[in-house]
Amino acid sequence: MTEPLLKVRGLKIGATVYPPGEKPRDIEIVHGVDFDLMPGKVLGLIGESGAGKSTIGLASMAYGRGGVKITGGEVWVNGRDILKSSLKDIRKLRGGEVTYVSQSAAASFNPAKQIMEQVTEAAILQGKFSKKDAEARAVELFRKLGLPDPENIGRRYPHQVSGGQLQRCMTALALCPEPDLVVFDEPTTALDVTTQIDVLAAIKDAIRDTGVAALYITHDLAVVAQVSDDIMVLKMGDMVEYGATDQIINHPREDYTKALVSVRSIEHPEKSPAGEPVLKCEHITARYKGTQFDVLHDVNVELYPGQTLAVVGESGSGKSTLARVITGLLPPRDGKIIFDGRELTPDLSSRPIDDLRELQMIYQMADTAMNPRQTVGTIIGRPLEFYFGLKGEAKQKRIQELLDEIELGKGFQDRYPAELSGGQKQRVCIARALAAKPKLIICDEVTSALDPLVADGILKLLLELQKIEDVAYLFITHDLATVRAIADSIAVMYQGRVQRYGGKTEVLTPPFDDYTDLLLSSVPEMKLGWLEDVLANRKMESAGN
Amino acid sequence: MHPILKLVLQRIALGILLLFAASAMIFGLTEALPGDAAQAVLGQGATEEALANLRREMGLDQPAITRYFQWLGGIVQGDLGTSITNRLDIATSISNRLGNTLFLAFWAAVFSVPLAIFLGLLAVRYQNRWPDKVISGATLATISIPEFLIGYVLVYFIAVQLGWFAPLALISDSMSLGQKLHAIALPVIVLTMVVLAHMMRMTRAAILNVMQSAYIETAELKGLSTFNVIRKHAFPNAIAPIVTVVMLNLAYLVVGVVVVEVVFVYPGMGQYLVDAVVKRDVPVVLACGVIFAGIYISLNLIADLVSILANPRLRHPK
Repeated sequence: MTEPLLKVRGLKIGATVYPPGEKPRDIEIVHGVDFDLMPGKVLGLIGESGAGKSTIGLASMAYGRGGVKITGGEVWVNGRDILKSSLKDIRKLRGGEVTYVSQSAAASFNPAKQIMEQVTEAAILQGKFSKKDAEARAVELFRKLGLPDPENIGRRYPHQVSGGQLQRCMTALALCPEPDLVVFDEPTTALDVTTQIDVLAAIKDAIRDTGVAALYITHDLAVVAQVSDDIMVLKMGDMVEYGATDQIINHPREDYTKALVSVRSIEHPEKSPAGEPVLKCEHITARYKGTQFDVLHDVNVELYPGQTLAVVGESGSGKSTLARVITGLLPPRDGKIIFDGRELTPDLSSRPIDDLRELQMIYQMADTAMNPRQTVGTIIGRPLEFYFGLKGEAKQKRIQELLDEIELGKGFQDRYPAELSGGQKQRVCIARALAAKPKLIICDEVTSALDPLVADGILKLLLELQKIEDVAYLFITHDLATVRAIADSIAVMYQGRVQRYGGKTEVLTPPFDDYTDLLLSSVPEMKLGWLEDVLANRKMESAGN
Repeated sequence: MHPILKLVLQRIALGILLLFAASAMIFGLTEALPGDAAQAVLGQGATEEALANLRREMGLDQPAITRYFQWLGGIVQGDLGTSITNRLDIATSISNRLGNTLFLAFWAAVFSVPLAIFLGLLAVRYQNRWPDKVISGATLATISIPEFLIGYVLVYFIAVQLGWFAPLALISDSMSLGQKLHAIALPVIVLTMVVLAHMMRMTRAAILNVMQSAYIETAELKGLSTFNVIRKHAFPNAIAPIVTVVMLNLAYLVVGVVVVEVVFVYPGMGQYLVDAVVKRDVPVVLACGVIFAGIYISLNLIADLVSILANPRLRHPK
């Protein structure tokens, strides 16, 4: 029987945390994990943020990010325990036997150096190839990974290629030294959905053709199902379930795995348009100051009270710009915004206070949307004071009501944002928007920074609140699963135009235009062999890679 | 036009504009002082008539604007005017002294800049360990002590007690380079100590800032040693802030050496300027001011240009 390439036994990993106002203390973030990886196999590590999956991946290179330290256990690579190796031997292992592909290639490439130099650096440093041979191998990999102009792309700088291309270059970087094991850490998470599918296919082919083993880390079970042989499910630093991909996807044993597999199963029946629209965008055309081209072309959409309009599209499609136009941050070049029967002035500063109150926003990064030095009570209390002049008792009572509505309850008033989890922060932002008693809330990618189960909770809360407060949502997102869960009507945006618009069922029912088809078919499905099926049936190439 | 060429030309044009503004300000400030050159030449006891005659002779009866443009026109052609105390051509007197000042600044820079950057790299390599603390502490101490004090302390111990160097940094054209360097050793040491801390700490901070980047992790995971990670991946991205602070300190070495020159009786611009101020020799003060402004602006312009050129996004547009 062959020996495993990577053998992990009782791996414990700790970190030092610095809670505000307290002494630093050591915590354990991975509590003894065991697994084997055979040569040439792919193991998927899956879990939510804080599950320890990246930390475990980096432990296979004896590396701890920031203050993270490996505190116990054994990590055997090619028959030796690397945790007992000297730093010099570990440096031979890194970039030689084991290599790493990070989530954000854009941040992981040195902006001051050409791509080729960075791709071949480890192979040359570790003495695997001469400079000439390493460059020849890099060109070969560029070709295999489907990069345009493989002969010359290495001479470019990282900012001169697109995000999807850079992620492929990162894969070439990892494969160039002919490693035995590659750690893929969320390699497609930061990409647009139509780009993700191409990069995923390129990675899968490269793994198959080079016979390298891989640890594939992701929070997206549907993605990992396409590439891995086995899957390990992690939660809070413990292994929950470990088995063949087919078993995990189709016959999960543990409740937590079942929850992950069935995530995004919210049923939301479509409401048909009723009454006067609360928001009407008529022929909106807009461009940014100092540029020569329009980013929105003749956009027409309507939104009815108590309903949700989902605006879907990839980065650069103009969906966030539409939000900026409606809020008055970017006055349009042409067109009208009718809000609750009256026309809004194009510019934010000339709008009366009631217009500002009735139109609120919730942002993607709850972290940066709150003042870290203010307590939750102050944050939610501010709009109460500003719009309604509430003070003292009355204000406190209303703050508590709002906290109850977002299911946070007592004791949260005096907390600071740093003491809240990601989901709780987003709930506070929702309460702040609701405090103004708005007619319309613009939600800009409010769940995309959250883990799937937490995001589900937020979506359920938003639907619940919509029923109680009769508020309308303009829901901007790139995630079609979210759209299915929450929308009544959908506008698909592509290159600044509304490509397809109508009720949810109508938009999501064929026949599709080519772009909508590409977008819808690119959403990973929790099904083995999905990737191959989709690529075989495509009508249109994605643009972003 | 290549965007970088456009940016560079913009900066140069801005630098020239700034120089004109500085010249106007220097001229305006000397105008605002009570009394004028004629008064300075003739002294307090001069009669109104004598003053008026001299003013006419020196052209001081013209309006300030006219005199400013006459003066400016002279400068543009290389004519800095005539000293009123010794009637000598200022350009000739200054060229020698400016040469001496630049000589001192040059050698101070030759020692201090590489040393500061090397110490900065070392401090990052051993961050928060004893070498870092020793380097930070020692350089902070030298910048905290006034330079004239360091100067006199060095003169007392090294020149007077040990007798290794002369206490006065007197140089002349007849000396060989070796003799000159020996003569200016003490002021070079003092200047190095003064500018070292600022440059070293900026280097350390700039590199530490870059060390947070994800691409540093990529380099570490390629198996590079810590020093190579800093040298190959962090330093190239920290050049812009480092060059800015280096240029600022080079400007200080030229413009701010007045005190050190006086302490060591060094025949440079600083001495010359102090003498001229004492004697109310307005044309000399003006000339020195404009030259200092020019040096300051051009060094900062160089820093700006290096920052632009160090940015790969500007150097290699999409």
